Amino acid sequence: MTLRVNDLKVYYQTLRGDVHALDGVTFDLADGEIMGLAGESGCGKSTLGKSLIRLDSRMRHVGGTIELDDKDVPIADDDAMVPLRYNEISLIPQYAMSALNPTRKIGKMINELLRARGVRPADVTDELHRRLELVGLEPKVLNMFPIELSGGMKQRVVMVISTLLNPSLLIADEVTSALDVSTQRSVAESMVEFRDRGYIKSMIFVTHDISLVYQMADTIMVMYAGHVAEKASASTIINEPKHPYTQMLIGALPEVGSTSTAQGGRLEGIPGTPPGLLNPPTGCRFKDRCPMAFSKCSEQPPLVEIEPGHWAACWKTG
Amino acid sequence: MWRYIGRKLFIYLLTFIVAVTINWMIPRFMPGDPVRNMLSRAAINDPEAMASMTAYYEDLFGLDEPLYQQYLNFWVSLFQGDLGISVMRYPEPVTDVIMGSVPYTLGLLLPAILLSWIVGNRFGAFAARSKALDNTVLPVGYVLTATPYMWIALLLSYTLGIVAGIFPTAGGFSYSLRPEFSWVFIYDLISHWFLPFLSMFLVALGGWAIGMRNMIIYELEADYSNYLQALGAPRRLIRRYAFRNAMLPQITGLAVQLGTIIAGSLLTEVVFNYPGLGTLILDSLENRDFFLLQGILLFVVIGVLIANFIIDIIYVLVDPRTRVQMTGGSS
Repeated sequence: MTLRVNDLKVYYQTLRGDVHALDGVTFDLADGEIMGLAGESGCGKSTLGKSLIRLDSRMRHVGGTIELDDKDVPIADDDAMVPLRYNEISLIPQYAMSALNPTRKIGKMINELLRARGVRPADVTDELHRRLELVGLEPKVLNMFPIELSGGMKQRVVMVISTLLNPSLLIADEVTSALDVSTQRSVAESMVEFRDRGYIKSMIFVTHDISLVYQMADTIMVMYAGHVAEKASASTIINEPKHPYTQMLIGALPEVGSTSTAQGGRLEGIPGTPPGLLNPPTGCRFKDRCPMAFSKCSEQPPLVEIEPGHWAACWKTG
Repeated sequence: MWRYIGRKLFIYLLTFIVAVTINWMIPRFMPGDPVRNMLSRAAINDPEAMASMTAYYEDLFGLDEPLYQQYLNFWVSLFQGDLGISVMRYPEPVTDVIMGSVPYTLGLLLPAILLSWIVGNRFGAFAARSKALDNTVLPVGYVLTATPYMWIALLLSYTLGIVAGIFPTAGGFSYSLRPEFSWVFIYDLISHWFLPFLSMFLVALGGWAIGMRNMIIYELEADYSNYLQALGAPRRLIRRYAFRNAMLPQITGLAVQLGTIIAGSLLTEVVFNYPGLGTLILDSLENRDFFLLQGILLFVVIGVLIANFIIDIIYVLVDPRTRVQMTGGSS
């Protein structure tokens, strides 16, 4: 078992009170697993990704534990996290386009970063070149400034930098959002390739693009309003979702090859909006939008394993 | 790169021509007649003698010719390095009068600008580090940068000069001494130099420190800083990157501020009666000395243009992005 997150609670501190962005998130991530993390904006998926590597100044760890390779991950202690960062847990940020220092040549920046992390740059030069080649970049990009690269190239450079020390866990936060469809695909494929070659052990791929994650991920976890709604293998989530939210989310996706008029209907959205997380409602957080809601939904449904490897948090499925 | 410099040079040349023209116009369209002013000092009562002397001087200064001719003559003599003859210190050439003052102004300006820029940047970056320091440095910086040059000059000359009596408050050196290369004279020169320098240094310092502090905080919040932090890079590395990147707008700021600083130095000189260009401007204005005033302003304009040009070049050397754009990067 690579990663085990147990009842993780991370709140944002604001002037009006705590925003319960992660309110008891529990899941496991196996060795070699690529998990797609999907959900609407504001459901806590990016917060979960960030929490695993570095809490920013507004985020507060309220409760819950994280274990990586059977070792505790002290996310509340910024200094204690430093040895883990990059070596064990790494990140491809949402803003990969601007993640490189604009006034340093890329190669020089990498060397300075490596030296600061106690790695001799010469030891990994060959590996660096090999991996750049793998994502289709020439070693001469190391001698360039970020401004000289296209967005997709920068994205791939960041991908190579982030995985250079073979981290156990890689968090890819919305890495494909800013790319066009063909580049998205090549980025997604390189990620799988990196996993297959053992550069990274497992990966959490945060996205709102379910169709993309279906192609590359082994499992998909759907989050709703700071809670885990459902986690299962990618095909199960797409083909046999159990949680009403997941069902409606999948139902809102256009199907490949079919036109909506041929089916005689328009795409269905999910009526309503997610609840605010400043003072979240009690019970199931989806109940106000859920067509199947009944009296029991005023209690919070636990996340239970309804069949091996398939977890859902709904009174109707359990 | 060379095309860029060529284009810049062309723009500077245009600016120069416009500045010189305006410079030539201002004193001529100002009220007051310099020749009459000069002659009135001689207190001549005979109108005939007065008329012939007026004619003589107008011929001498070239004021009897039509305006366009005066303008052309001005450009011709400018290229011959001849800025005319000072009315105020007749018959000394304007160039000589100015050259006597330029060293004082430069000696005041260069250290004040460079030191305040360097120290201010360091200080601002340092202040961005801790909350306690930030809360004390920032208000002081705001007060300093909002202080008018002459006011802080007055304040300093009163406290350190008159009340404490540590520094002399007027002149470039004591009247009892003669310019020579001796320790006594150099010490005297420095003690006269110190207060004007300090007042300019302090005002400029506040602005740079505030600017740098804001820029550093901005850079530390930038995406690349966050990324490096997520990868566990030490604060030292991130700070170094932030400092360097925050310097770039500060260099531009220096170019923009240059004119203001020079204007400030002229005022400061007047307060301390320091024998630089500022005091000379005041004197030449009082005496309606066209040629001298024109010459000084010309010097100031050339100085600002040269300094701006140097900063332009430095910016290109320091910021790889402008360099890449000029050489035509791959994308």
